[in-house]
Amino acid sequence: MTFTLTVNGQQHVVDVAADTPLLYILRNDLQLNGPKFGCGLSQCGACTVHLGDRAIRSCVTPVSTVGDEPITTLEGLGQPDALHPLQQAFIDEQAAQCGYCTNGMIMSAAAVLKQNPQPSDADIKQALQGNLCRCGSHVRVVRAVQRAAESQA
Amino acid sequence: MMATRRAFLAHSGAIVIGFTLLGGKAGRALAETSGRVASHAYEADQAIRLGQTTTDATQLDSWLSIDRNGDVTIFSGKVELGTGVRTALGQIAAEELDLPFERVALIQGDTARTPDEGYTAGSQTIQAGGVNVRKAAATARQVLINLAAARLNVPSDQLNLADGVISSIAEPRRRVSYADLVGDQRFALPIDDNVVTKDPSLYTVVGQPVQRVDLPPKVTGGVTYVQDLRLPGMLHARVIHPSGVNARLAQVDESSITGLPGVVKIVRNGSFLAVVAEREEQAIKAASQLQGTWDPGPALPSQDTLSAHLLAQQTQDKVLADTGDPDEVLQSNATVLQATYTQPYQLHASIGPSCAVADVADGQYTIYSSTQGVYQLRGAIAQLLNVGPDHVRVVYMEGAGCYGDNGSDHASAEAALLAQAMGRPVRVQWMRHDEHAWEPKGPAMVMQVRGAVNGTGTVAGWDYQVWTPTHTTRASGQAGNLLPGPLMDPPAPVAISANFGGDLNAITNYGLGANRVTAHWLPLSASPLRPSALRSLGAMANTFANESFMDELAASAGADPLEFRLRHLNDPRGAAVLQAAADQFSWQPRTAPSQSGSGQGLAFVRYVNALTYVATMVDLSVDPQSGQVTLGRVVVAHDCGLIINPDGLKNQIEGNVIQSASRAILEQVTFDTSKITSVDWSTYPIFRFDAVPKIDIVLVNHPDQPA
Repeated sequence: MTFTLTVNGQQHVVDVAADTPLLYILRNDLQLNGPKFGCGLSQCGACTVHLGDRAIRSCVTPVSTVGDEPITTLEGLGQPDALHPLQQAFIDEQAAQCGYCTNGMIMSAAAVLKQNPQPSDADIKQALQGNLCRCGSHVRVVRAVQRAAESQA
Repeated sequence: MMATRRAFLAHSGAIVIGFTLLGGKAGRALAETSGRVASHAYEADQAIRLGQTTTDATQLDSWLSIDRNGDVTIFSGKVELGTGVRTALGQIAAEELDLPFERVALIQGDTARTPDEGYTAGSQTIQAGGVNVRKAAATARQVLINLAAARLNVPSDQLNLADGVISSIAEPRRRVSYADLVGDQRFALPIDDNVVTKDPSLYTVVGQPVQRVDLPPKVTGGVTYVQDLRLPGMLHARVIHPSGVNARLAQVDESSITGLPGVVKIVRNGSFLAVVAEREEQAIKAASQLQGTWDPGPALPSQDTLSAHLLAQQTQDKVLADTGDPDEVLQSNATVLQATYTQPYQLHASIGPSCAVADVADGQYTIYSSTQGVYQLRGAIAQLLNVGPDHVRVVYMEGAGCYGDNGSDHASAEAALLAQAMGRPVRVQWMRHDEHAWEPKGPAMVMQVRGAVNGTGTVAGWDYQVWTPTHTTRASGQAGNLLPGPLMDPPAPVAISANFGGDLNAITNYGLGANRVTAHWLPLSASPLRPSALRSLGAMANTFANESFMDELAASAGADPLEFRLRHLNDPRGAAVLQAAADQFSWQPRTAPSQSGSGQGLAFVRYVNALTYVATMVDLSVDPQSGQVTLGRVVVAHDCGLIINPDGLKNQIEGNVIQSASRAILEQVTFDTSKITSVDWSTYPIFRFDAVPKIDIVLVNHPDQPA
C-alpha cells in the first residue's frame, strides 16, 4: 500500500504493508538516524518522534494510523548549523554517555516544553518517566532540559 | 559545516561511512550511485593517503600519522563505548604534540588499521590505552623536534612548538610545520618506550573539561551507531534463538511462513536458525511466525534455591589471602558474627539491543560490530566461517552502552554466518527479548563472611569466602564461545577455561587481623545461565559483602562506620577520600543502626586493591510495608590519580551511581525451569527518572599519580 508521509517538512511516498511500524520507514526508507530501535514495545522511548505537536513512540505506530499530520524527527528539530535549544543544551551540559537514549530524551522533552515552557525538575522527571537510560545520564538530562527552557524564556 | 577534519571524522564515527555525510544531497547521490565500490575505494584511498599500512604495535606508524595539513590521526585499539575516551585519548595526544585539540582525530577499533590493544574493558582505557597514545605522540614529537633541528640548524632545546609549527626561540621566523616535516609520509620508526613525556604541571589540554567530540552528531541524528549503517544491497535478518537456555532445534516448518512477503531465505545450521528478508519489518514478522519444534534440553535449577545449588557444587578453591590463624581467633572469640550475601544474575541491559552488519566480497568479510575487542572477535569469527583470519576484517562502530560482554559479539557472529550464507551484506538486529534472554549475564554469586572484633574494637579475625563462576566467557578467538558456534552442526567446542574476575576486591584494603580470603570457583556447568563480564566483575558483589560486614562489625564494636573504616585503613589516599566524602555529605556519626526507616550509609573501596579510590555515602529511606528503598542523596569522593577530563569523569561517576544503585535495589534476572522469563523492561525493571537521587561528586586530583 502506498502512503504519503510528511517528514521534517518534506513529502515522501512509501509502498509498504499497512501495519509497518513508522520507525522502520523513517530509518530504512528515509535513512533517518534520529529515532532508534530500543524495544519495539513502547517501554523505553528511544524511538520517539513528533506527530503534529505530540510525542509518539514510532516503534508501535503503524504507518496506516499516521495520516497527513506532519512528522518531525530529531533531524527536523535542528541541524548542526542551526541547533534547537534542546540540542544545544544537551551539548552544553554534556548530557549523554552512550547517547542511544538521547533522541528519545530530546524529542520527549521538546514536546513537554511546548506544553509547559517553564517546567520544574519534578515536571521534567515525570514527563521523561517513559524514557529509559541505562548509562545513568538522568541528572544531566534534567539539567539540559532546564537549560533549554531557560534559554527560551 | 564540516570545516575541520576532526568534525568530519567525529560526525562520521568511522571512515567507511564518512562519505554519506558529505552534505545532504551530494552525500546521498554519492552513496546511491557508487555504493559498495565507493566505500571500499574510499577506505583504500584513506589508507594510502594516511600512509597507514601496519598495525604492528612496536611501530609509530601503527599509532599515529600526520597528513599534509599537519593534522594528526591517532589509531587506537581502545574504542569509544560511550565513556568519553575518544575525546580523552585525543586530549592526551594533542597535549604531547602541543597541538590544539581540534587538530587530532581518532580512528578506533579496526583490524586493518589499529594496533591490537586487547579488549576495551576493565577501566583500562586511560590507564593502558592512554599510556600507549601518550608514548606514540611523545615519540612523534621527539622525531619532529629532531627533524626540525636539522632542518633549521637550531639545537633541539632551542625550539618552540605551537599549533603544529616548530620555530627557533631566538628567531621565531625560522620555522617549519609538522606538515612540511612529515606530512602524508610514514615515520618508519619504532615507538620509543622510554620517551620523555610532558610534565603534568605544563598541561593545557589534559585536565580540561573538553567537550565530547561524539555528542554533536548524537544530538542531531548523524550516523554514529552500528545500527545506523546501511550498505547497498543489504538484507535484514532476524535470528530465532532457542526456545530455552538449553534447547535444541528438532524441526522447522518452513511452510509456516509461505507467502510472507520479502522473505529471501530461511537459514538453518543445526540449531542456528534465521530468516533473511528484504525489509526489516518483513524479517521481524517472518521470524515471529516461523514454526520450530525445540527439544528443551536439561532443566534449569530452581531460581528460588539458586544459592543452595551453587553452594552444593564441586569447586576449584583458591586461597587469596592468608594471615595468622583466623579459625583459632574466631573459635576463641565470644561474639563471632556471620553473614551470607548473594548477588543474582543481572543484565547489562543495553538500551539498544545488539546489532551487527556483515559484508562479503570476493571471499573477504567485513564485520561492523560494537565489540569490545575487534581482534579477538575476528579470530573467533574466522574460525566460525572456516576461513583464515586474513579473510575477516572487524571494524568497530558504537552500539548502545554495553557495560561489558553483552550480545554484541554474538550478533556479529550471526551476521557473519548469514553474510556467508547469502553472499550479500546482512544486518542482524536483536529484538528486546533476544537481548534480555541471550546476552551473557553478570553471574550469580554467594559470599559468606565470619568475623569478630577484639576488646579494643578492632577486627581480630576475618574469614571471607566467595562462590563464583568465571566472569568472562568472551569470544577470545574461539568459535565455540560465540553463541551460534555450539548450536551448529557439528558444534564448535566451547573453549572457556580461565577463572577470572570473580575474586576482584574479595580482599579488602583494611588491616583485618588474622584473616583468610577464599575463592570457590564454580565450573561453567554449575552456572545455569551463561556468565560473563558485567561492569566491575566480581568487585561489586565482593565490595557489597565486605562493606556490609564491616558495618556489622562496627555495630558490634559500638563504633561509627566511618570511624571504624578509618581505624582499619593504613592508606593516606584512602583516608583522604573517605574524609572528603564525609565533609561533602556531612556524615553524622552513629554507633547503632537507625530505627526510623531512613538513614545513611557508606562504602569504601580501592578498585582491585591497587587502582582508583572511591568513598560513597548515601541517605535513603525504606518503606516498611512495601520494602521499597528510595535514595535521597549520594556523595562520591573519587581519586583516580591523574584526571584527563574532569567533566567526562564526573559523567561516568554519575552513571556508575545510578546504574549500580539500580542493580543493588531493583535488578535480578528471572528464569523458570527452561528459559529466562525477564524478557523486557516490565519483567526486568531498571531505574527510571523517579528513582534517581541527587548526586554530588568530589574529585580528588593527583596529577602526580598514574591515571
